[in-house]
Amino acid sequence: MNLPAMETGLLLAGILFILGLLSVLIRRNTLFMLMSVEIMLNAAGLAFIVAGARWGQPDGQVMFLFILAMAAAEVSVGLALILQIHHQLNTIDSDAANRMKG
Amino acid sequence: MTLWLIPALPYLGALILILAGSKLSKQMAGIIGCGSMGLSALWTGVTGIAFLSGGREPVRLQLWEWFDVAGWNPGVTLYFDSLSLVFTFVITFVGFLIHVYSTGYMARDEGFNRFFAYLNLFVGSMLMLVLADNLLLLYLGWEGVGLCSYLLIGFWYQDPANGAAARKAFIVTRIGDTAFAIGLFMLFQTLGTLNIGAILAEAGSALSGDGAASWPGGPAGATAIALLLVGGAVGKSAQIPLQTWLPDAMAGPTPVSALIHAATMVTAGVYLIARMHGIFELSPVSMQVVSLIGTITLLVAGCSALCQSDLKRVLAYSTISQIGYMFLALGLGAWSAAIFHFFTHAFFKALLFLGAGAIIESLHHEQNIFRMGGLRKELPVVFITFLIGSASLAALPLVTAGFFSKDQILWMAFAGEHGSLGLWIAASVGAFLTALYTFRMVFVTFWGETKTPVTHRPGKAMTIPLIILALFSLLAGFIEVPHNLGHITLFSSFLASVLPSPELITDSLLMEWMSQAAAALLTLGGIGLAYEYYVRNPQSLAGMKRNTGALQRFFHSGFGFDRLYDSLLIQPYTWLARVNRRDITDSLYTGLARFSIWLHRQSAQTQTGILRHYLLGAAIGALIILTISIFI
Repeated sequence: MNLPAMETGLLLAGILFILGLLSVLIRRNTLFMLMSVEIMLNAAGLAFIVAGARWGQPDGQVMFLFILAMAAAEVSVGLALILQIHHQLNTIDSDAANRMKG
Repeated sequence: MTLWLIPALPYLGALILILAGSKLSKQMAGIIGCGSMGLSALWTGVTGIAFLSGGREPVRLQLWEWFDVAGWNPGVTLYFDSLSLVFTFVITFVGFLIHVYSTGYMARDEGFNRFFAYLNLFVGSMLMLVLADNLLLLYLGWEGVGLCSYLLIGFWYQDPANGAAARKAFIVTRIGDTAFAIGLFMLFQTLGTLNIGAILAEAGSALSGDGAASWPGGPAGATAIALLLVGGAVGKSAQIPLQTWLPDAMAGPTPVSALIHAATMVTAGVYLIARMHGIFELSPVSMQVVSLIGTITLLVAGCSALCQSDLKRVLAYSTISQIGYMFLALGLGAWSAAIFHFFTHAFFKALLFLGAGAIIESLHHEQNIFRMGGLRKELPVVFITFLIGSASLAALPLVTAGFFSKDQILWMAFAGEHGSLGLWIAASVGAFLTALYTFRMVFVTFWGETKTPVTHRPGKAMTIPLIILALFSLLAGFIEVPHNLGHITLFSSFLASVLPSPELITDSLLMEWMSQAAAALLTLGGIGLAYEYYVRNPQSLAGMKRNTGALQRFFHSGFGFDRLYDSLLIQPYTWLARVNRRDITDSLYTGLARFSIWLHRQSAQTQTGILRHYLLGAAIGALIILTISIFI
């Protein structure tokens, strides 16, 4: 298998994204779910970088910086939420927080 | 011309009583009620004298334009001719007497003020009916009196039976009113106007041309219109097959029965047919129908009256029967004879009802004649006036008003151009029945021994109207005397300008004498038979009751019309209502609602509260969108 750099990079990004998505769906521990979301974000960032390298443009890296900033914000909010869940339910199992349903 | 004052005064009285009724004392309400009626009667007298001494020219008075649609502008217009005068006179004069009587009769009733408000409203509407210049205004009055009849039958509304009687009266007459309304639509479609004068002129020119063929709607159209008008008249005047409401209407206070259900409103049908006589002359079939309805009604109601035990129901059936005579006369083309019978009937039937009211009140609301008796000495004034009224109803020869009016109808049934021997025989049998049931009532009530003691005697407010009405019951007949007995035709020549006089095919003096003698003999025979059975030989009644019990029950129920309608119309209808309780037409909409609720439940199931499920949903959604955007 001798793919060009871009295809390899995009394939890696896709694999990382799917891995992240699957572990968000499978994991019940909210901390791990948050980490999986980080993986997905980074996969998307990787795709930007690869694309930027392919066309020799800086936009891909600019987008990654945005994603990085957004991920930092997301993690801080997410951790605060997890803290609250732990306070109220004494667990960080996401299925335990199921009181709001139809 | 201040003709408008006649209907305006009762309306004004009603308005005051409705608006300020709860604040007025009974005395004040009585003064307003009777005063407005008295002034109206007085003004009718003044207008009538002016009319008689003038050229007897009909007066038309446009008060205002009602509405104007595409060139059709029925006005609130009064029309005053001799026919209107007769009706207006009876309505205001008898109405005034009944108002005065009511101040005595209703004196201790809580709804005194309400009663007078309704009564005034009724009189105003009735005057509107007979003074209307176009049929639309007439219909307004027609519905107005129907409303007041409903309100007054159900006057004592705390008793559900009275409310049921009121509803029955309203619904049954509504059937006739609907026919009447359709007749009006057809008339308007044919002629483009509802003005009575224009319609009669059109009918008259058709009649003097080549008959019904030159009527714009053709002979069939004329017959249809005439029959629909008869439908309205039959409902209002309680003729077969819509007569069932009148006996139940006796649930109202007795003055109401006297005014509305004997003297005035129930004769509105007679007025309508007499007023629209031109259309009926175009259609011989409808004339035959009218006379047939009248004949059957007078016999059926006469038989029913024979077996009633409630004093007011006897009088109710007798009213139906007497209006049957009027219909017979109308069907024979003897227009003025019908109006003459209306004229005399209004007096003696109002008298009888008021007398019955006085008896009922004296006996503490006892209405069963078999629990009365011996009242001859207890209530002498009531007895004498009631006897006069009964004699007039039974058409006692020569001395009573009823004799002259009924004799005219009998003679027309025999000798008129549409008359026949069969109709004469039926009418004579009816006369015999009338005498029999009337004097059965009189003998049972006033003779024999006292069964219920008299608790109190009627006051002057009640006896004076009785005496005045009794005088009229005796004397009102002498304005129209058959030509073999003196030949006075004041009444028919007075009406001749409005109503054509019928042609006689038999003009034999001998036959007229024979007819009168037969009628007189039948009347006297009826009275004699009643005397035999109810005074001299009452024990023979028990045997008769044994032999003819079933027939008597049949007559008592008014020929089973109530039961017939109950099983024919009411039962199927209530069955349908029961079956359709959930309303079939509604099921589409409830189905829609139920489907939405089901859909809501399904969607609500997807909201599990588990975060990962939502994520899965979002991921699948994104996948689908991506797939679509790539491949399409």
